[in-house]
Amino acid sequence: MIRQGYNRVDPKRRSTIDYKKKQFASPTYKEQEYPHRLNFYEIPPTAEITLEQFEQWAIGRLRILAEIEACSFRNKTHAETAAHVTPLLQKWLPLHSNTSSSAGSQDEILKLERRKDHYSHFILRLAFSSTEDLRRRFARIEGALFKLRFQSDDAKERQAFVESLPLDWEVVSEEEKKALGMDLQNATPGLKRQDVEEGGWFKVDFETVSELVEGRRIFLKAGKAYVPVKEQMSMVLTGFNARLDKGLELAARALPRLDEDDRLTPILHHLSKNFATPDSTLSDSDSALPGAPINASSIDPLSQHFPLCMRNLHTTLRKNSHLKHFGRLQYTLFLKGIGLTLEDCLIFWRQAFKLITDDTFNKEYRYNIRHAYGDVGGDAIRRGRGYSPFSCQKILTEHPPGSGESHGCPYRHFGVDNLTALLQTTGVIDRDVLRGVKEDVEKKRFHIACNRVFEWAHKGDIKRVKEDGSWGAAELDTIVHPNTYFKRSYLLKTGGVAAIKGDEMEM
Amino acid sequence: MPHSTASEPVLSGGLVEEDSIILDAPGQVPDYTKEEGKIDMYDSVSPSEDSAGEAPRMDVKLEDIFNDVDDDEDDEFSGSRVSNTNSEGSPQEAPFQFAPSAKYTDPEVMLAFYQRLFPFRYLFQWLNHSMKPSNDFGHREFAFTLQNDAYLRYQSFATGDLLRKDILRLNPSRFEVGPVYTANPRDRKTLRKSTAFRPMAKELVFDIDLTDYDEIRTCCNKANICHKCWSFVTMAIKVVDAALREDFGFQHIMWVYSGRRGAHAWISDKRARNMDDQKRKALAGYLEVVKGGAQSGKKVNMKRPLHPHLVRSLDILKEHFQRDILEDQDPWATPEKAERLLQLLPDKLLNDSLRKKWDAAPGRSSVSKWADIDAIAKTGASKALDGRALLEAKQDIVLEYTYPRLDVEVSKKQIHLLKSPFVIHPGTGRVCVPIDTKRLTEFDPLGVPTVTELLGEIDAFDGQAKKEESHVKKPQDYEKTSLRPYVDYFKIYVAGLLREEKGAKRGREEDAMEF
Repeated sequence: MIRQGYNRVDPKRRSTIDYKKKQFASPTYKEQEYPHRLNFYEIPPTAEITLEQFEQWAIGRLRILAEIEACSFRNKTHAETAAHVTPLLQKWLPLHSNTSSSAGSQDEILKLERRKDHYSHFILRLAFSSTEDLRRRFARIEGALFKLRFQSDDAKERQAFVESLPLDWEVVSEEEKKALGMDLQNATPGLKRQDVEEGGWFKVDFETVSELVEGRRIFLKAGKAYVPVKEQMSMVLTGFNARLDKGLELAARALPRLDEDDRLTPILHHLSKNFATPDSTLSDSDSALPGAPINASSIDPLSQHFPLCMRNLHTTLRKNSHLKHFGRLQYTLFLKGIGLTLEDCLIFWRQAFKLITDDTFNKEYRYNIRHAYGDVGGDAIRRGRGYSPFSCQKILTEHPPGSGESHGCPYRHFGVDNLTALLQTTGVIDRDVLRGVKEDVEKKRFHIACNRVFEWAHKGDIKRVKEDGSWGAAELDTIVHPNTYFKRSYLLKTGGVAAIKGDEMEM
Repeated sequence: MPHSTASEPVLSGGLVEEDSIILDAPGQVPDYTKEEGKIDMYDSVSPSEDSAGEAPRMDVKLEDIFNDVDDDEDDEFSGSRVSNTNSEGSPQEAPFQFAPSAKYTDPEVMLAFYQRLFPFRYLFQWLNHSMKPSNDFGHREFAFTLQNDAYLRYQSFATGDLLRKDILRLNPSRFEVGPVYTANPRDRKTLRKSTAFRPMAKELVFDIDLTDYDEIRTCCNKANICHKCWSFVTMAIKVVDAALREDFGFQHIMWVYSGRRGAHAWISDKRARNMDDQKRKALAGYLEVVKGGAQSGKKVNMKRPLHPHLVRSLDILKEHFQRDILEDQDPWATPEKAERLLQLLPDKLLNDSLRKKWDAAPGRSSVSKWADIDAIAKTGASKALDGRALLEAKQDIVLEYTYPRLDVEVSKKQIHLLKSPFVIHPGTGRVCVPIDTKRLTEFDPLGVPTVTELLGEIDAFDGQAKKEESHVKKPQDYEKTSLRPYVDYFKIYVAGLLREEKGAKRGREEDAMEF
């Protein structure tokens, strides 16, 4: 819980300085003290640094953030990310705890490290506040970085840091704890009986620990969440993120009024440029498969080249003559990605929905298909060419299928038995492959499973192109997009080679 | 009737007449005549005739012209009151000649419903959270589905009366309620920055739809419902309502029948209204238990020990499982369906002996099959049987067959539009009435009045009243019909909400005084 108004000036003292003269008044804090290793970044730096430092510090931090983001795109677990980033942190953005030095927080090296951390954060905050998209990404990754550091912090120092935070927690009394009894323990997984009885508990509004609420890992009563001490992190993180979001918004508003000469603006601009979106999207040229006959009637024969997710949608569509909303969206965008024109796509869906009248089709479905192609909806400039085809990342993480829905990734959203059955109907009968897929799925490496099936199904062709050297390693790396799967499969089977060069997926 | 001439479809005459009235006698008087004119025309002639078709439109124009003149004075007089006078002075014997034979989709039927029965006043108060018009209502999006199926989004109205006026003008077949935006939705294109227009608050909503139960209900499928499957909705409401009240501390929860095969919940607590999408998602996640698509096998895999929310839910659902699922739905009657049950059980050997037993006695009911599980487990058919695992699997099965299946996407987004209460469902003609949770089990979705029945009831009442010539206060139109208990419930519910909002506001003001 954020204590309201902690950063507001006391109303009685509000007008001690005439606001017109405020910019000339000497700041109340010039060189900040950094008693803790971690920082909530509430007060912006005010001391002077050189331009060189400005740029260098920012770039150092940027490297770290880019690494963290890359890890999240590769679906690395938290522990893997930590292992990957920790050595880099040591190199680019070291931050030691008080105990690492005999002088404690007064040590000069420590002071410098913390200063660098503080300044670089605020520089990047400025650089990434310009658009909503950048802000969101920056906030997410900074949150992840903070989490990493928070977890690796020395327990005592962490406690001291948390206590210094302006967070509002109500302590649960012993009587209340007794009255709730087993409920507390049952609601909070991973706690021993002893922890429940001896550990401290806090009562906060459930909104502040939404992560725990969503996972049903907390006891709720009348709008209050009962949080054990060890879940503090979740609350601290929420507080951190809330403040950062607010700060970024403020920075965005202040940015046009920065009224800066050409010293900082180019640097800031440059920094934000280097943080371009690395989500795997299809490049424009990628949709074209020159010479391939792709129209409404060729989808059936082409579907043998589809990845399992799309194949499942296709067979479901043929079986039921219908797909639910997210299934239609996922499939339409995929079809758009393989180069099916809007006209053909409309014909395809019209023919596929055999059981409904033209009128219903036009009323309920036509608009959505056109919308996916960017033909209608919103304003013409912003919608561009509609949504881009979903990547594996998106299919895996967003909108898990509900009852009666068949979109999503079969490797992830199917039960193992159903998955095996589905694979067998698509011709994957090799025992070893099926066993491999099962193992992959158990380890939650869904795209590996998909690639395994791909490699098995095309092993002859892959061997051929490898041997005659027409396809290099870059053309055969892991598939992370259904449309790449299709394209590669199509080219391998039809022996097309030339087209693949030069328009690979952009990472 | 002092101003009956106003109803004559002569533009210039009407103009002059109206003009003079407003100039020297502001207030309700001109409004009465206007309304009456409209009713007369709709009743006496079919709208397909050219001359008559023109008349009401012209009437609307008049209203538009005087919009700003009489809006201010009109606020005091709500919809039902105005139409009340209509029926009083109405010259016809049977004002709704079309009522018995007409379909509920007829535009005239819809219009008459909006005019005489729809509780605009309480809808306004409910969405506005106070009597005095505020941005909670003014900046709120409404979306209309017109008779020709055109969809109008981003409509907004300063007051409930203006909403009523526009609904009477456009006569939508249904309309939906959206969020309160940071600016008036009608001005959204004039704003300099697109970020200045974003949703700010909306009631937290939940949607339960029986189509999500298709794989476990045996009595009906798709859009059809019967009393047996309605019990799915009943138990869903019980579970969700309990969680919202006890766990999250919400108090102002209204459940509304969606008109055909489901129910919506609207939570109007300030705290719920102000939740952003992330918090809504968290709350939806807390309540979501049955997960997975058509192919995902076992859909409920709860961790142990069970969360108190699930313990409570199981407690509520237990009896429903016995009665509504095992007895009424009989979900495992055939061997294929029974196989589904066996899939969910953990022990292979136990399953084998169960299969043997059920194959020997085809047609064994689900109740007996369910009992067989424990009976055979006790005989020691499987030596390695883990009693605890079996119990847990059985609990999971109970949850899979009874736990609410929410359409969570609806709850996760502030901007999601949801059909307004009291609208008529275009497929069934039934009114989307609130469900009294205190008498939840008595609610009969097939007994909810349809619009044609309601209009018939008004006629019947008026005919009766004419004979009796009573001198008691004339009742409002809704009070003459079986819609009355629902409107009364809504009224009381809204009053409770307003009381709390008022208290909160006063609290804030007092706080401010301290400075």
